[in-house]
Amino acid sequence: MVEILTLPFMQRALIAGVLVGFLASYYGVFVVQRGLSFLGSGLAHAAFGGIALGLLLNSEPLWIAVPFTIIVAIGIFWVRDRTELGSDTAIGIFFAVSMALGIVFLFLKREYTSDAFTYLFGSILAVTATDIKITGLVVLITLFTTPLWRRWAYASFDRELAETDHLSVKQDDYLLSILIAVTVVVAIKVVGIVLIAAFLVIPAATSRLLSHTFRRMTIISIIIGIFSALIGLWLSYYLDVPSGANIILFQAVLFFLSMLFKSIKIK
Amino acid sequence: MTENAVEVNNLSVKFKDHLALSGLSLQVPQNSFVAIVGPNGAGKSTFLKVLLGLVQPTNGIVTVLNKKPQEVDPTLIGYVPQFKTMDRSFPALSIELVYTGLSQRWPWRLSKIEKRQVLTALDQVGATHLARRQIGRLSGGELQRVCLARSIVRQPKLLMLDEPATGIDVIGEEDMYRMLETYQKQSGASLLMITHDWHAATHHADYVLLLNRKQVSFGPPGEALSEDNLRKAYGHIGHEHTLKFLVNSNG
Repeated sequence: MVEILTLPFMQRALIAGVLVGFLASYYGVFVVQRGLSFLGSGLAHAAFGGIALGLLLNSEPLWIAVPFTIIVAIGIFWVRDRTELGSDTAIGIFFAVSMALGIVFLFLKREYTSDAFTYLFGSILAVTATDIKITGLVVLITLFTTPLWRRWAYASFDRELAETDHLSVKQDDYLLSILIAVTVVVAIKVVGIVLIAAFLVIPAATSRLLSHTFRRMTIISIIIGIFSALIGLWLSYYLDVPSGANIILFQAVLFFLSMLFKSIKIK
Repeated sequence: MTENAVEVNNLSVKFKDHLALSGLSLQVPQNSFVAIVGPNGAGKSTFLKVLLGLVQPTNGIVTVLNKKPQEVDPTLIGYVPQFKTMDRSFPALSIELVYTGLSQRWPWRLSKIEKRQVLTALDQVGATHLARRQIGRLSGGELQRVCLARSIVRQPKLLMLDEPATGIDVIGEEDMYRMLETYQKQSGASLLMITHDWHAATHHADYVLLLNRKQVSFGPPGEALSEDNLRKAYGHIGHEHTLKFLVNSNG
């Protein structure tokens, strides 16, 4: 148990796991309460397009994926605000276009890219010191913007009421979507593109089952996010299975246990 | 000089090719109770949204408490939306919902002073016992009371209510009107209330605004809700309930 803490790659993976677990579960409460669960999938596939472009250009994929995913996130909300289409339709369009672009970029590279597999499913071996620095920066920005939790929560409950109180709901939405987009990108090495949407949704959904206030939902979601990331990474080391799958499966167990606990409590 | 709570001059609102409101001109004196009446799709909610600064007029001038709607201090305005539009699956207690009326933010933690203010507002609407109840477990009438507490906790100068009697039983409805009148007397606030209940408009309001995309009438209930005006607004008034109302209200 203690030996894994002495291994540099595991140290990096565990630090990244804690940071990413915090970010995904914190923003996840807004994703779940606003009914934007599909947004995680959309942004993850947008990140795939950005990462593929980074691989094609032989540069650090994260540096390309971050702005690429932010542009897609803004595009989704821009289309939603300027048309009569719903968020899910806008996400569906950007999701497909980004994925198609990613496939074209990988095809243009014309050589086998083992990295692509790592980005799809997550790997504890793939986390670098640069990844931790970038993720740490995102955590700092998130901590700096925690006063916005109260505005985002208010608008998550009722947009119109927040607008009547002269809150800049649209600007807040854009900022929130940008931060969710960045979170998705920095979580990819640990969880993988395929499963990142679940990482945003399951801790928040589990904590929703156990909470009667939004504050409590946020706190429990963060605890589940961090705890499940650590357990998932630890299992990944011992079972030699991609880290993302372990984390999500462990979160799913917690979700179903919470459902069971709730149904017993109701009876 | 008496200032008006609301002044509207030749207001029109158009959404793309749909004319939602046209030619509204009225003045709402301070400390008055105005009922906004009209058929479905008459533009009643749109009119309130213009006053709240949520919808921009296409034409005309609107002032609320002597300012443009977007420039009014939001703490001077109390707003009770239609409760059916609220997300009742949101994890929240009644006390937290009322708090949003106090601070225009969702609460992380309530101070003792804030808690006292919120409980006082809940007490004013007879809903202290609902303070710790989840909003998803409130009945329609209970949620409406909590929303009323939310709107008065900030001691507004202008209170706007969108069909506040929906979901409330007859006794609860009378309690609500009594509470609104008491609040109006104590605070000197003005009230604008959308309602489909002509009886309530006649018995509780000082003025009635009868709308059907355009202003059919504005004035004391007896004048504004005349048979002629009601015909103009609703097309026909042959229903038994309508005739009974006209006989009762015109003696």
